[in-house]
Amino acid sequence: MHISEGVLSPAVLIGGAAIAAAGVAAGLKDIDQKEIPSMGILSAAFFVASLIHVPVGPVSVHLILNGLVGLILGWKAFPAILVGTALHALLFQFGGITTLGVNTLNMALPAVICYYLFGWGLKSGSGRSVFIFAAFASGCCAVLISSIMVGFSLYLTGEAFLPAAKLVVAAHLPVMFIEGSLTAACTLFLRKVRPELLEGVYAPK
Amino acid sequence: MIEELSSGNSLIQRLDPRVKIVLVFLFSVVVAVSNRLPVLMWALVLALLIVFTARVPAKELLRRLIPVNMLIVFLWLFLPFTFAGKPLFYMGSLPVTREGVLYATQISIKSNAMMLMLIALVATTPIFTLGHAMHELGIPKKIVHLFFFTFRYIHVMHREYVRLLNSMKIRGFRPKNNLHTYRSFAYMVGMLLVRSFDRAQRVYNAMLCRGYKGNLYSLSKFSLKGRDVISIVLMVAVIIILGVLEWKKTN
Repeated sequence: MHISEGVLSPAVLIGGAAIAAAGVAAGLKDIDQKEIPSMGILSAAFFVASLIHVPVGPVSVHLILNGLVGLILGWKAFPAILVGTALHALLFQFGGITTLGVNTLNMALPAVICYYLFGWGLKSGSGRSVFIFAAFASGCCAVLISSIMVGFSLYLTGEAFLPAAKLVVAAHLPVMFIEGSLTAACTLFLRKVRPELLEGVYAPK
Repeated sequence: MIEELSSGNSLIQRLDPRVKIVLVFLFSVVVAVSNRLPVLMWALVLALLIVFTARVPAKELLRRLIPVNMLIVFLWLFLPFTFAGKPLFYMGSLPVTREGVLYATQISIKSNAMMLMLIALVATTPIFTLGHAMHELGIPKKIVHLFFFTFRYIHVMHREYVRLLNSMKIRGFRPKNNLHTYRSFAYMVGMLLVRSFDRAQRVYNAMLCRGYKGNLYSLSKFSLKGRDVISIVLMVAVIIILGVLEWKKTN
């Protein structure tokens, strides 16, 4: 869902970069210098996970997992996703220097929103069905909001982008359900194997 | 799968990485705000010249440009029809507007010019050097350190991923469109996170043993040389000329 260089208007690029910078600053405030090595290794795991392709009908899509990132990292998702986006640009040229802000914002803001909306459902005391619902909703909504934000970035650049923007959102509807079920299954697995990861090692619950 | 492009010993290779980052940034900003076709054409020519000087292998260049142009192709499917303006010709009953085609052309040129410049940058500078240069340019220490650790461990986590995938294949796993596939992938992601979490604690303890106090030290020092100054002056002049050409039209 990265937007390439040269597509968006300067106003959208600057606005996106400014909000993303504020988000990154908020995230960095929470990160202790001692935490940086483990944050980096976790970000690397998320980076690799986002390269995994899963089949959807006749095609395959790569995972996004920003809902899961939000649940585990909270506000720290902003710096982690900023670094991920920068590496995507440097290693594969998906996105670039001027789109760094917008692309970070489009992925990280939904992650933080889902952390606030559904993070409570993943506490250790919550029942299995609440837990599954919260995790599924988080994975689902993060992708939905991201695709709407990508569409919106295009639409703000010019009204001619409206049909393309609508198609971007529509194309992500099936992905939403896959991300939702993957996030639910993955968090259930983590609850059994490493509950610390979900219970606020990185983000306070 | 995840490789660095940086190799060789071209003229651009020997420039100060700080200079390269600043110049690529300036170039990208000017191109991003430009709309005149001649300006964009010159920008593309400049980017091509620099990629050529950086001696990026042609095969590698294409391998990187093709996926990036997928979005551009996608936009070409829409913009000529949806951009309001004078119809150029009709495709069935849909008018293809002159302005739409022009707009789509602009975007394609812009995008590729900026992409080529970025490729020239990463093709001539190791990622770790870029990190140190970013620190020197005033990017906060925490972000730069996060960048270092993430990049350093992407390779390790990728090996871990390949190991997990191989062990799944050995047990007869074939990705299909069913719940079992999705659940297996979810557990695999979970396992990847668990391994990264455990590794992070081991790595951090090992670092503490070696006296880590939150600082990373670089053995190489950057210094501005004659050729750096010359290239800054030249490139900034060219970028300003591009800017002036763009600005004159809009006034």
